[in-house]
Amino acid sequence: MNYTRILIAVLIMAVVTYLPRMLPLAIFKKKIKSRFIRSFLAYVPYAVLAAMTFPEILYSTSNMLSAAAGLLVALILSYFGRGLLTVALSSTAAVFVVEQILTYMGK
Amino acid sequence: MPICLGYLSVSFAFGMMVSENGLPVWTAVLISMTNFTSAGQFAGTELILSGGMYLEIAITTFVINIRYMLMSLSLSQKLDPKMSTWQRCVLSFGNTDEVFAVAMQHQGNVKADYLAGLIATPYLGWAMGTLLGASAAGILPASVRSALGIAIYGMFIAIIIPPSRKLRPVAFTVIVGALLSCLFSFTPGLNTLSSGWVIIICAVLASAAAALRYPVNDEEEEGEQV
Repeated sequence: MNYTRILIAVLIMAVVTYLPRMLPLAIFKKKIKSRFIRSFLAYVPYAVLAAMTFPEILYSTSNMLSAAAGLLVALILSYFGRGLLTVALSSTAAVFVVEQILTYMGK
Repeated sequence: MPICLGYLSVSFAFGMMVSENGLPVWTAVLISMTNFTSAGQFAGTELILSGGMYLEIAITTFVINIRYMLMSLSLSQKLDPKMSTWQRCVLSFGNTDEVFAVAMQHQGNVKADYLAGLIATPYLGWAMGTLLGASAAGILPASVRSALGIAIYGMFIAIIIPPSRKLRPVAFTVIVGALLSCLFSFTPGLNTLSSGWVIIICAVLASAAAALRYPVNDEEEEGEQV
Protein backbone atom coordinates (compact mmCIF):
# COMPACT_ATOMS: atom_id res chain seq x y z
CA MET A 1 0.00 0.00 0.00
CA ASN A 2 1.40 3.37 -1.02
CA TYR A 3 0.94 5.69 1.97
CA THR A 4 2.25 8.84 0.31
CA ARG A 5 -0.46 8.50 -2.30
CA ILE A 6 -3.14 7.92 0.32
CA LEU A 7 -2.03 10.91 2.36
CA ILE A 8 -2.00 13.22 -0.66
CA ALA A 9 -5.44 11.98 -1.72
CA VAL A 10 -6.84 12.49 1.79
CA LEU A 11 -5.41 16.02 1.86
CA ILE A 12 -7.02 16.81 -1.49
CA MET A 13 -10.37 15.48 -0.24
CA ALA A 14 -10.09 17.55 2.94
CA VAL A 15 -9.41 20.75 0.97
CA VAL A 16 -12.27 20.31 -1.53
CA THR A 17 -14.60 19.53 1.36
CA TYR A 18 -13.54 22.51 3.46
CA LEU A 19 -13.49 25.25 0.82
CA PRO A 20 -17.16 25.02 -0.24
CA ARG A 21 -18.14 25.16 3.42
CA MET A 22 -15.84 27.99 4.40
CA LEU A 23 -15.95 30.49 1.52
CA PRO A 24 -19.65 31.47 1.60
CA LEU A 25 -19.62 31.80 5.39
CA ALA A 26 -16.51 33.96 5.40
CA ILE A 27 -17.66 36.14 2.49
CA PHE A 28 -21.37 36.80 3.12
CA LYS A 29 -21.71 38.70 6.35
CA LYS A 30 -24.52 41.05 5.46
CA LYS A 31 -28.13 40.06 5.37
CA ILE A 32 -29.41 39.51 1.86
CA LYS A 33 -32.23 41.92 1.10
CA SER A 34 -34.05 40.14 -1.71
CA ARG A 35 -37.10 38.36 -0.38
CA PHE A 36 -36.88 35.73 -3.09
CA ILE A 37 -33.30 34.82 -2.25
CA ARG A 38 -34.04 34.70 1.46
CA SER A 39 -37.01 32.41 0.83
CA PHE A 40 -34.90 30.30 -1.49
CA LEU A 41 -32.17 29.87 1.12
CA ALA A 42 -34.69 28.99 3.82
CA TYR A 43 -35.93 26.04 1.75
CA VAL A 44 -32.49 24.78 0.68
CA PRO A 45 -31.88 22.43 3.64
CA TYR A 46 -35.05 20.45 3.01
CA ALA A 47 -34.52 20.35 -0.74
CA VAL A 48 -30.93 19.09 -0.40
CA LEU A 49 -31.81 16.35 2.07
CA ALA A 50 -34.85 15.25 0.07
CA ALA A 51 -32.80 15.03 -3.13
CA MET A 52 -30.05 13.10 -1.33
CA THR A 53 -32.46 10.61 0.23
CA PHE A 54 -34.67 9.77 -2.75
CA PRO A 55 -34.26 7.44 -4.49
CA GLU A 56 -30.81 6.55 -3.07
CA ILE A 57 -32.26 5.12 0.14
CA LEU A 58 -33.66 2.20 -1.88
CA TYR A 59 -30.13 1.22 -2.93
CA SER A 60 -28.50 1.69 0.45
CA THR A 61 -28.74 -1.94 1.58
CA SER A 62 -28.05 -5.26 -0.12
CA ASN A 63 -31.68 -5.71 -1.12
CA MET A 64 -34.32 -3.27 -2.35
CA LEU A 65 -37.11 -4.98 -0.44
CA SER A 66 -35.33 -4.58 2.89
CA ALA A 67 -34.52 -0.96 2.03
CA ALA A 68 -38.19 -0.32 1.29
CA ALA A 69 -39.09 -1.74 4.70
CA GLY A 70 -36.50 0.52 6.35
CA LEU A 71 -37.85 3.52 4.43
CA LEU A 72 -41.41 2.76 5.52
CA VAL A 73 -40.41 2.45 9.17
CA ALA A 74 -38.44 5.72 8.97
CA LEU A 75 -41.37 7.56 7.38
CA ILE A 76 -43.89 6.34 9.94
CA LEU A 77 -41.72 7.02 13.00
CA SER A 78 -40.59 10.45 11.85
CA TYR A 79 -44.16 11.37 10.97
CA PHE A 80 -45.01 10.78 14.60
CA GLY A 81 -42.12 13.00 15.64
CA ARG A 82 -39.55 10.48 16.87
CA GLY A 83 -35.96 11.71 17.11
CA LEU A 84 -33.03 11.21 14.73
CA LEU A 85 -31.55 8.27 16.56
CA THR A 86 -34.80 6.34 17.10
CA VAL A 87 -35.65 6.71 13.43
CA ALA A 88 -32.16 5.78 12.18
CA LEU A 89 -31.81 2.72 14.41
CA SER A 90 -35.37 1.49 13.90
CA SER A 91 -35.01 1.60 10.14
CA THR A 92 -31.67 -0.21 10.47
CA ALA A 93 -33.40 -2.86 12.61
CA ALA A 94 -36.23 -3.18 10.07
CA VAL A 95 -33.69 -3.78 7.29
CA PHE A 96 -31.94 -6.39 9.39
CA VAL A 97 -35.16 -8.27 10.22
CA VAL A 98 -36.43 -8.26 6.63
CA GLU A 99 -33.09 -9.51 5.32
CA GLN A 100 -33.11 -12.33 7.88
CA ILE A 101 -36.62 -13.34 6.81
CA LEU A 102 -35.61 -13.26 3.14
CA THR A 103 -32.61 -15.45 3.91
CA TYR A 104 -34.77 -18.04 5.65
CA MET A 105 -37.17 -18.03 2.75
CA GLY A 106 -34.20 -18.91 0.59
CA LYS A 107 -34.05 -15.82 -1.60
CA MET B 1 -26.47 14.47 21.01
CA PRO B 2 -28.87 12.56 18.73
CA ILE B 3 -26.70 13.62 15.77
CA CYS B 4 -23.66 12.31 17.61
CA LEU B 5 -25.21 8.88 18.08
CA GLY B 6 -26.57 8.80 14.56
CA TYR B 7 -23.13 9.64 13.24
CA LEU B 8 -21.68 6.83 15.30
CA SER B 9 -23.62 4.29 13.24
CA VAL B 10 -22.96 5.93 9.87
CA SER B 11 -19.23 6.39 10.45
CA PHE B 12 -19.15 2.85 11.80
CA ALA B 13 -20.22 1.76 8.32
CA PHE B 14 -17.50 3.95 6.81
CA GLY B 15 -14.81 2.49 9.09
CA MET B 16 -15.90 -1.02 8.13
CA MET B 17 -15.75 -0.21 4.43
CA VAL B 18 -12.19 1.13 4.72
CA SER B 19 -10.76 -1.70 6.74
CA GLU B 20 -12.54 -4.41 4.72
CA ASN B 21 -10.64 -3.08 1.73
CA GLY B 22 -7.31 -3.57 3.42
CA LEU B 23 -6.45 -0.05 4.56
CA PRO B 24 -5.18 0.35 8.13
CA VAL B 25 -7.50 1.64 10.85
CA TRP B 26 -5.64 4.96 11.22
CA THR B 27 -6.29 5.98 7.59
CA ALA B 28 -10.03 5.55 8.17
CA VAL B 29 -9.88 7.75 11.29
CA LEU B 30 -7.66 10.30 9.53
CA ILE B 31 -10.11 10.59 6.65
CA SER B 32 -13.06 11.05 9.03
CA MET B 33 -11.26 13.65 11.14
CA THR B 34 -10.04 15.74 8.20
CA ASN B 35 -13.10 15.42 5.95
CA PHE B 36 -16.04 15.13 8.35
CA THR B 37 -18.59 14.49 5.61
CA SER B 38 -20.52 11.40 4.62
CA ALA B 39 -21.09 11.10 0.90
CA GLY B 40 -17.90 12.90 -0.12
CA GLN B 41 -15.54 10.79 1.93
CA PHE B 42 -17.25 7.54 0.95
CA ALA B 43 -16.85 8.42 -2.74
CA GLY B 44 -13.29 9.74 -2.35
CA THR B 45 -12.19 6.65 -0.44
CA GLU B 46 -13.68 4.35 -3.04
CA LEU B 47 -11.60 6.18 -5.65
CA ILE B 48 -8.45 5.85 -3.54
CA LEU B 49 -9.11 2.12 -3.29
CA SER B 50 -9.82 1.67 -6.98
CA GLY B 51 -6.67 3.59 -7.93
CA GLY B 52 -8.28 6.81 -9.17
CA MET B 53 -6.15 9.76 -10.21
CA TYR B 54 -5.71 12.76 -7.89
CA LEU B 55 -7.67 14.96 -10.29
CA GLU B 56 -10.52 12.46 -10.41
CA ILE B 57 -10.61 12.27 -6.62
CA ALA B 58 -10.58 16.06 -6.35
CA ILE B 59 -13.35 16.65 -8.88
CA THR B 60 -15.65 13.88 -7.65
CA THR B 61 -15.34 14.90 -4.01
CA PHE B 62 -15.74 18.56 -4.90
CA VAL B 63 -18.86 18.00 -6.99
CA ILE B 64 -20.48 16.01 -4.19
CA ASN B 65 -19.56 18.80 -1.77
CA ILE B 66 -20.76 21.77 -3.84
CA ARG B 67 -24.06 21.48 -1.98
CA TYR B 68 -22.20 22.82 1.05
CA MET B 69 -21.79 26.15 -0.75
CA LEU B 70 -25.55 26.40 -0.88
CA MET B 71 -25.81 25.41 2.77
CA SER B 72 -23.06 27.73 3.98
CA LEU B 73 -24.61 30.58 2.01
CA SER B 74 -27.92 29.80 3.64
CA LEU B 75 -26.34 29.53 7.09
CA SER B 76 -24.44 32.81 6.59
CA GLN B 77 -27.81 34.57 6.70
CA LYS B 78 -28.61 33.09 10.07
CA LEU B 79 -25.31 33.64 11.88
CA ASP B 80 -24.84 36.18 14.61
CA PRO B 81 -23.54 39.30 12.75
CA LYS B 82 -20.96 39.75 15.50
CA MET B 83 -19.23 36.48 14.68
CA SER B 84 -15.65 37.13 13.53
CA THR B 85 -14.17 35.94 10.23
CA TRP B 86 -11.84 33.72 12.21
CA GLN B 87 -14.73 32.03 14.01
CA ARG B 88 -16.58 31.64 10.73
CA CYS B 89 -13.55 29.97 9.12
CA VAL B 90 -13.16 27.48 11.96
CA LEU B 91 -16.85 26.68 12.49
CA SER B 92 -17.53 26.25 8.76
CA PHE B 93 -15.46 23.06 8.94
CA GLY B 94 -18.27 21.48 10.96
CA ASN B 95 -21.14 22.52 8.69
CA THR B 96 -22.39 19.02 7.85
CA ASP B 97 -25.82 18.21 6.43
CA GLU B 98 -27.29 17.46 9.85
CA VAL B 99 -25.54 20.25 11.80
CA PHE B 100 -26.78 22.67 9.15
CA ALA B 101 -30.35 21.39 9.30
CA VAL B 102 -30.45 21.67 13.11
CA ALA B 103 -28.79 25.11 13.14
CA MET B 104 -31.35 26.40 10.62
CA GLN B 105 -34.24 25.24 12.80
CA HIS B 106 -32.79 27.15 15.77
CA GLN B 107 -34.88 30.15 16.82
CA GLY B 108 -33.23 33.48 16.02
CA ASN B 109 -29.55 34.08 15.26
CA VAL B 110 -26.97 31.33 15.58
CA LYS B 111 -24.15 32.34 17.91
CA ALA B 112 -20.58 31.02 17.83
CA ASP B 113 -20.73 29.04 21.08
CA TYR B 114 -24.07 27.47 20.17
CA LEU B 115 -22.69 26.35 16.80
CA ALA B 116 -19.45 25.08 18.34
CA GLY B 117 -21.43 23.03 20.85
CA LEU B 118 -23.65 21.72 18.07
CA ILE B 119 -20.60 20.54 16.11
CA ALA B 120 -18.45 19.12 18.92
CA THR B 121 -20.31 15.93 19.83
CA PRO B 122 -21.13 14.87 16.25
CA TYR B 123 -17.46 15.35 15.37
CA LEU B 124 -16.42 13.13 18.25
CA GLY B 125 -19.10 10.59 17.31
CA TRP B 126 -17.92 10.60 13.71
CA ALA B 127 -14.29 9.92 14.69
CA MET B 128 -15.17 7.31 17.32
CA GLY B 129 -17.63 5.49 15.07
CA THR B 130 -15.00 5.26 12.34
CA LEU B 131 -12.47 3.87 14.79
CA LEU B 132 -14.92 1.28 16.12
CA GLY B 133 -16.16 0.31 12.66
CA ALA B 134 -12.67 -0.08 11.25
CA SER B 135 -11.64 -2.20 14.24
CA ALA B 136 -14.76 -4.37 14.27
CA ALA B 137 -15.13 -4.95 10.53
CA GLY B 138 -13.87 -8.51 10.68
CA ILE B 139 -16.20 -9.55 13.48
CA LEU B 140 -19.60 -8.39 12.23
CA PRO B 141 -21.72 -10.49 9.87
CA ALA B 142 -22.62 -9.14 6.42
CA SER B 143 -26.29 -8.80 7.43
CA VAL B 144 -25.47 -6.19 10.08
CA ARG B 145 -23.17 -4.35 7.69
CA SER B 146 -25.86 -4.18 5.02
CA ALA B 147 -28.48 -2.94 7.51
CA LEU B 148 -26.22 -0.08 8.65
CA GLY B 149 -26.20 1.29 5.11
CA ILE B 150 -29.65 2.80 5.64
CA ALA B 151 -28.79 4.59 8.91
CA ILE B 152 -27.80 7.94 7.36
CA TYR B 153 -30.94 8.09 5.22
CA GLY B 154 -33.01 7.34 8.32
CA MET B 155 -31.47 10.44 9.87
CA PHE B 156 -32.23 12.54 6.80
CA ILE B 157 -35.87 11.42 6.90
CA ALA B 158 -36.12 12.22 10.59
CA ILE B 159 -34.95 15.75 9.77
CA ILE B 160 -37.25 16.51 6.84
CA ILE B 161 -40.53 14.81 7.77
CA PRO B 162 -41.53 16.52 11.06
CA PRO B 163 -41.31 20.09 9.65
CA SER B 164 -43.04 18.91 6.46
CA ARG B 165 -45.97 17.82 8.55
CA LYS B 166 -46.25 21.22 10.20
CA LEU B 167 -45.34 23.57 7.33
CA ARG B 168 -46.89 23.24 3.92
CA PRO B 169 -44.05 25.06 2.07
CA VAL B 170 -41.51 22.61 3.54
CA ALA B 171 -43.64 19.64 2.48
CA PHE B 172 -43.84 21.16 -1.00
CA THR B 173 -40.04 21.59 -1.14
CA VAL B 174 -39.39 18.04 0.04
CA ILE B 175 -41.82 16.47 -2.44
CA VAL B 176 -40.53 18.49 -5.41
CA GLY B 177 -36.89 17.80 -4.44
CA ALA B 178 -37.52 14.07 -4.07
CA LEU B 179 -39.52 13.79 -7.32
CA LEU B 180 -36.87 15.66 -9.31
CA SER B 181 -34.14 13.48 -7.87
CA CYS B 182 -36.07 10.33 -8.85
CA LEU B 183 -36.66 11.78 -12.31
CA PHE B 184 -32.91 12.31 -12.73
CA SER B 185 -32.00 8.82 -11.63
CA PHE B 186 -34.60 6.95 -13.69
CA THR B 187 -34.48 8.92 -16.95
CA PRO B 188 -32.03 7.52 -19.50
CA GLY B 189 -29.41 10.15 -20.33
CA LEU B 190 -30.07 12.21 -17.23
CA ASN B 191 -28.93 9.32 -15.02
CA THR B 192 -25.39 9.59 -16.36
CA LEU B 193 -24.92 12.83 -14.39
CA SER B 194 -22.92 12.41 -11.20
CA SER B 195 -24.86 12.47 -7.94
CA GLY B 196 -23.21 15.71 -6.81
CA TRP B 197 -24.64 17.65 -9.77
CA VAL B 198 -28.02 15.98 -9.46
CA ILE B 199 -28.32 17.09 -5.82
CA ILE B 200 -27.46 20.67 -6.69
CA ILE B 201 -29.81 20.91 -9.68
CA CYS B 202 -32.70 19.34 -7.76
CA ALA B 203 -32.12 21.45 -4.65
CA VAL B 204 -31.91 24.70 -6.64
CA LEU B 205 -35.07 23.95 -8.66
CA ALA B 206 -37.10 22.76 -5.66
CA SER B 207 -36.05 25.68 -3.43
CA ALA B 208 -36.69 28.22 -6.20
CA ALA B 209 -40.14 26.76 -6.86
CA ALA B 210 -40.94 26.88 -3.15
CA ALA B 211 -39.62 30.43 -2.85
CA LEU B 212 -41.83 31.59 -5.73
CA ARG B 213 -44.90 29.86 -4.37
CA TYR B 214 -44.39 30.53 -0.67
CA PRO B 215 -42.17 33.61 -0.13
CA VAL B 216 -41.10 33.81 3.51
CA ASN B 217 -42.82 36.37 5.66
CA ASP B 218 -40.37 38.75 7.33
CA GLU B 219 -42.10 38.74 10.70
CA GLU B 220 -42.68 35.00 10.90
CA GLU B 221 -39.48 33.51 9.60
CA GLU B 222 -36.94 36.11 10.57
CA GLY B 223 -38.13 37.10 14.02
CA GLU B 224 -35.41 38.93 15.84
CA GLN B 225 -32.96 38.76 12.94
CA VAL B 226 -34.32 41.91 11.33
